[in-house]
Amino acid sequence: MTLSDSRRTFLKATAAAATASTAGLSLGAGPADAQFGVPDIKWDKAPCRFCGTGCTVLVGTKEGRVVATQGDPQAEVNRGLNCVKGYFLSKIMYGKDRLTQPLLRMRDGEYAKDGDFQPISWDQAFDIMAEKWKETLRTKGPEGVGMFGSGQWTVWEGYAASKLMKAGFRSNNIDPNARHCMASAVMGFMRSFGVDEPMGCYDDLEAADTFVLWGSNMAEMHPILWSRLTDTRLTKEGCEVHVLSTFEHRSFELADNGMVFTPQTDLAILNYIANHIIQTGSVNEEFLSKHVNITKTATDIGYGLRDEDPLQLAAANPNSGELTPISFTEYAESVKPYTLEYTAEISGVPADKLERLAQQYADPDRKVMSLWTMGFNQHTRGSWVNSLMYNVHLLTGKISEPGNSPFSLTGQPSACGTAREVGTFAHRLPADYVVTNPEHRAKAEKIWKLPEGTIPDKVGFHAVLQNRMLKDGVLNAYWVQCNNNMQAAPNMNEEGWPGYRNPDNFVTVSDPYPTVTAMSADLILPTAMWVEKEGCYGNAERRTQMWRQQVHAPGDAKSDLWQLMEFSKRFTVEEAWGDEFVATAPEMAGKTLYQVLFENGNVDKFPLSEIQHGHPNDDANHFGFYVQKGLFEEYAAFGRGHGHDLAPFERYHEERGLRWPVVDGKETLWRYREGHDPYVEEGSELQFYGFPDKKAKIIFAPYEAPPEMPDDEYNLWFCTGRVLEHWHSGSMTRRVPELHRSFPLAVVYMHPDDAADRDLRHGQEVKVATRRGEITSRISTKGRNKMPKGLVFMPWFDEGQLTNKLTLDATCPLSKQTDFKKCACKVERA
Amino acid sequence: MNKIAVFASALLIAFGSIALGQEIKDLRGTPPDAPSVVNMSLQWEGREGRMVRNYRQQPPLIPHSITQYQIDLRTNQCLSCHDWTKAGERNAPTLSMTHYLDRDGTELDHIAGTRYFCNQCHVPQADTDVLVENTFVPSHGE
Repeated sequence: MTLSDSRRTFLKATAAAATASTAGLSLGAGPADAQFGVPDIKWDKAPCRFCGTGCTVLVGTKEGRVVATQGDPQAEVNRGLNCVKGYFLSKIMYGKDRLTQPLLRMRDGEYAKDGDFQPISWDQAFDIMAEKWKETLRTKGPEGVGMFGSGQWTVWEGYAASKLMKAGFRSNNIDPNARHCMASAVMGFMRSFGVDEPMGCYDDLEAADTFVLWGSNMAEMHPILWSRLTDTRLTKEGCEVHVLSTFEHRSFELADNGMVFTPQTDLAILNYIANHIIQTGSVNEEFLSKHVNITKTATDIGYGLRDEDPLQLAAANPNSGELTPISFTEYAESVKPYTLEYTAEISGVPADKLERLAQQYADPDRKVMSLWTMGFNQHTRGSWVNSLMYNVHLLTGKISEPGNSPFSLTGQPSACGTAREVGTFAHRLPADYVVTNPEHRAKAEKIWKLPEGTIPDKVGFHAVLQNRMLKDGVLNAYWVQCNNNMQAAPNMNEEGWPGYRNPDNFVTVSDPYPTVTAMSADLILPTAMWVEKEGCYGNAERRTQMWRQQVHAPGDAKSDLWQLMEFSKRFTVEEAWGDEFVATAPEMAGKTLYQVLFENGNVDKFPLSEIQHGHPNDDANHFGFYVQKGLFEEYAAFGRGHGHDLAPFERYHEERGLRWPVVDGKETLWRYREGHDPYVEEGSELQFYGFPDKKAKIIFAPYEAPPEMPDDEYNLWFCTGRVLEHWHSGSMTRRVPELHRSFPLAVVYMHPDDAADRDLRHGQEVKVATRRGEITSRISTKGRNKMPKGLVFMPWFDEGQLTNKLTLDATCPLSKQTDFKKCACKVERA
Repeated sequence: MNKIAVFASALLIAFGSIALGQEIKDLRGTPPDAPSVVNMSLQWEGREGRMVRNYRQQPPLIPHSITQYQIDLRTNQCLSCHDWTKAGERNAPTLSMTHYLDRDGTELDHIAGTRYFCNQCHVPQADTDVLVENTFVPSHGE
């Protein structure tokens, strides 16, 4: 049809409609009706399902299905904008291969480790699962059971899981995939400030004069925050953007000062900046003397490898995080070797660029926001490098005020809200409490109305250790929820795969889709996702956000929360705790875990009459009380009055989120600063109240080399990461046709000279090998990343390639977070 | 047949296949411990004409290759055809008017800084099959 035809048809139709309406007739669903009909899409808010930015979207539903999504104009975070993934949220629940019933590996009608997946009922699923867990509890005790969760769990799912494991099964073997993502950031905060999570907020993106990206490709991984930063750079006079990375990526497109450094030398660069600040007399001495203690950390601490690894045996102080107080003079001496010349040499960054960077921090008239993600956190010295960043801000006092902001970005929608604040780590409890502190355990037991001594004091298995313990047959009954760890965890060939397939183990995976992890399990549980349940997430700026259930899950798929709570009905306290412990609390005898954990007068406190009319709430209706509110309010009791205050439950359904601590109904934008943070005492200006003396810590740490570097055989650095179009392992985004077609397969980015040296061309099929395995991929010498010689970059979203067959399971020895950014590989023609 | 009935029967077909014990598959095609198979090539073929959106709020997809396009501090090559000042003579779609509003809603004559990097939202499409069918149905039906 030509344009003029189209216009003629339209004009005729509108003329007919006008005539009909004059004559009092209705033409029914004619063109005019279609064009001016009553809106039939119902819109409601929800946080985006993907990254830690925490954009709010409006979800459009019609006839029980999501039919559209759009950026929410009322949301402070994104003001109506989304990235391409967010705009296609409407399709993530509708992959045709959604799982709709439990599937068990079976042979001849019985469970068999080497059987094929067969559909079974929920009853049958929990029968076999409970049988395996009870058997393990009997023979191995609480150490033999474990759970691997997620920064994508809703707040109450993570809370219920943590409670079920730590109090129900009396095992601290629960860890979130946020361990791969944020653990070094947590350790950095706890060591430098004594309280987790950023002091500043996204408002700093409009307030700063200089932005420095340290190991963060915000342009692709946090596009909406990048759009705010871009706006500031393009509209604010004198604004500068500095970008540091081990290769040139999209964020360099906005850089005034782009710097490609040799892997691991960020440790040296940060010490150089501290040295520059001291040498140029730019230390804010008043701030330093009033608010900061100076320490140094133990060195030569190993690489978080297995204890028998030669590198671990060679370390002088393996896993030590010991801090020793030092004087300012000692500190100044410690950073003195990091001269401009030395640092330029070791990092490969030209001296003039380094100096320009250092001047931004030293100049008292420039407000600086430092931003980082996986480049810092996925680092064998991740806890150190986080603190080295704070050192620079503390030396100059550029912290906790608008625009002066060291800011750790997060990768998952509720890495902060669930994994960190709820405390689903192997060592944590809610609101920064830890299992190793008797007072903290007592507090949790009191809130949970459980006997003294219920929560074990031993730190459980962290993420990487869980895979090792599965392989070694120590951890036998294992439940994975809301993540894709076979694809995401390091060294799949040597740890993850042999662990899951170890015949001693029974592995359950809950997921909406048949991911690689699900396919590696023994039992798969079909899971409701996102707006198929009522939820709550917490983003990177401490913003807690909630959403209502908007549609029903397909088939028999159930939420993670439903699964956790239903499973708890299968155990009496005798079976879970053992008779000996039950004897210390006879009032608990004969009860189920469900009764003691969830029918405790807290969780079941709020009746169904309080759920929102006009919205389904399948979980609440199933259990017969407003379960989400009950769990949230019980959880909130940990943080109220303790620097982690949350508003009353209902308020979050009205707001586009609130940044904690929320005291007297008001959110907190900048913590530790008087006038912004209600916890700071009047007249004190600033208090880092995470420590008893209300002072933050400078923590000196030197440059130390990474565990595996290129050599004659494995002659390239291997760096992994993500792309804009896919989120993490791609289990949602690769099922959206438009997102799949925008980045259909992972490629290995390589410098053209490195390719020529290996007789390779752009687009050619290649074998990439490390000491741990090999995979087939294609190389790209063009495109969005410009590689330096000697380093290749490969995204890990593509389950067809499984990038983590190649990576090394070396971690920061303090945070236990894997370094996915550095190992050695070789690339050859396939 | 109304839309709900069509959907319900589609569900029956989809779920029925699992109920019959048909093998479930991941997107990988080979077992996790088997070697990877990379059979897809990197063809970014230009498509003729614009692509229909699934819903009004969806950012339009890019029906041409953008491999050589420069968007940085110096220039934004997309704007040389799609900015309101150029779109007419270049016979290209004009940027949505939302792109001329800053974060506070102020009207601008140039693209808003928040919208500067077009490829955060607009992406080209490779000429390749989907990995798995998607059963999303737009509000206006198929």
